[in-house]
Amino acid sequence: MSVNYALSNNRKVQHNNVKLKTEGVNLFYGTFQALRNITLGIPQRAITAVIGPSGCGKSSFLRLFNRMNDLIAGARVEGHVTIDGVSICEKDIDVVELRKRVGMVFQKPNPFPMSVFENVAFGPRRHGRNNHRELEGIAERSLRHAALWDEVKDKLEQSALALSGGQQQRLCIARVLAVEPEVILMDEPCSALDPVATLKIEDLMRSLAEDYTIVIVTHNMQQAARVSDMAAFLMMEEDRAGVLVEYGPTSQLFTNPRDKRTEDYITGRFG
Amino acid sequence: MEIRTTYHKKLREIQDDVLAMGNMVDKALSRAMEALKKRDVATAKQVILNDLKINEKRFNIEEKCIQLIATQQPMASDLRNIICVLNIVTDLERIGDHAEGIGKIVVMIGDEPPLKPLIDLPRMADKTLGMLRRSLDTFTNRDADAAREIIAEDDAVDSLYEQVFHDLLIFMAEDPRTITRATRLLWVAHNLERSADRVTNICERVVFCVTGKMQEIGTSKY
Repeated sequence: MSVNYALSNNRKVQHNNVKLKTEGVNLFYGTFQALRNITLGIPQRAITAVIGPSGCGKSSFLRLFNRMNDLIAGARVEGHVTIDGVSICEKDIDVVELRKRVGMVFQKPNPFPMSVFENVAFGPRRHGRNNHRELEGIAERSLRHAALWDEVKDKLEQSALALSGGQQQRLCIARVLAVEPEVILMDEPCSALDPVATLKIEDLMRSLAEDYTIVIVTHNMQQAARVSDMAAFLMMEEDRAGVLVEYGPTSQLFTNPRDKRTEDYITGRFG
Repeated sequence: MEIRTTYHKKLREIQDDVLAMGNMVDKALSRAMEALKKRDVATAKQVILNDLKINEKRFNIEEKCIQLIATQQPMASDLRNIICVLNIVTDLERIGDHAEGIGKIVVMIGDEPPLKPLIDLPRMADKTLGMLRRSLDTFTNRDADAAREIIAEDDAVDSLYEQVFHDLLIFMAEDPRTITRATRLLWVAHNLERSADRVTNICERVVFCVTGKMQEIGTSKY
């Protein structure tokens, strides 16, 4: 299935297949409905940004794709969530395997209190790869891919906690890359970083989009405009359930949105 | 709830500035034509001098737009609005140059005897000025349909231009001693014709501002 939009940034994306898809998704936390009837297809090897006011369900939406909402007591999903057309909602899905395919980067860098090397080697080890030489190769490749190698190659045995915030976040990205995911979910990945570190992460995201499907939740509309190919705008209805208002190419959503609610939100006429 | 009141106030100020600049240009063109009709060199010189103020106003508006883009990251209709303003002030400034051009021709003509009574040139000017005024209304009202209608009116200005060209050509063919004076009037006509074309550009920008679509709606014959 292909996405009916030319992607923005004048980037010709050859792989315009839908990687992730939600169809009529309703998400409940107990009796509270957090998402209502969300249907959208996220293209492969592109960056899709999810924007919207606080509490509109952006992060909940993101967590559909790695089943992290399962960790919240009383969470229940209706509708279909698929990766490559295969449902991930079934109870018997191996979520460890799913989360290997669908990595996640969080708001605050959360390196493990261990060395830089061990942070990156952690995932592959969990998945049964114990050969040290192989792990070294994985670590270097992942750190290079995360644009961190040059800065840490001489301190691989030092504690990851000694790195700067921006470096820690790139380490977390390297940690995700080490298990060779297909999708990377990013939940406000730059909100704890300074502007230079933020731009480095954004630049990194653009290069990662060559190989991975990236979905980013961000409060920063300029960031969404800068990095993404597609953008989705969610907002809350009166009962506080999040609905999808508009979804389309970033170049269109930020210059000529079709829905007045999107227009009002991105021009700051309501917040 | 409007949350960016300062920013939106600045956007409205820019819009007011564009209208003020439009008035300056309107006045320049009207006065240049009055000077031509009355052979009033002093007024013509004033029009030439005042063009500096129009240019200054254009730079001033551009600077405000650049400031807003750099500091406020305008998006959606706000962004289109600012881009539209940047284009409109360029066209207004050029119409101001055409008014100045007519002023210079009036100075050149000086007290030469008139070649013929001016009929079609004032008509061209009235038509162009009417289009200019209404184009700025379409910008204020964000009225794409009205903007499209104005673009269609450019054909009438082109027809008048053809008429003037034809009449002056006859003068020149019949009596080569009129060539200098006739050519000067032809330059006036050319300035008016170009001004009307600039108005159609303004209208195209208004259509973009409202619809988000960039398109050449009318193509001038000249």
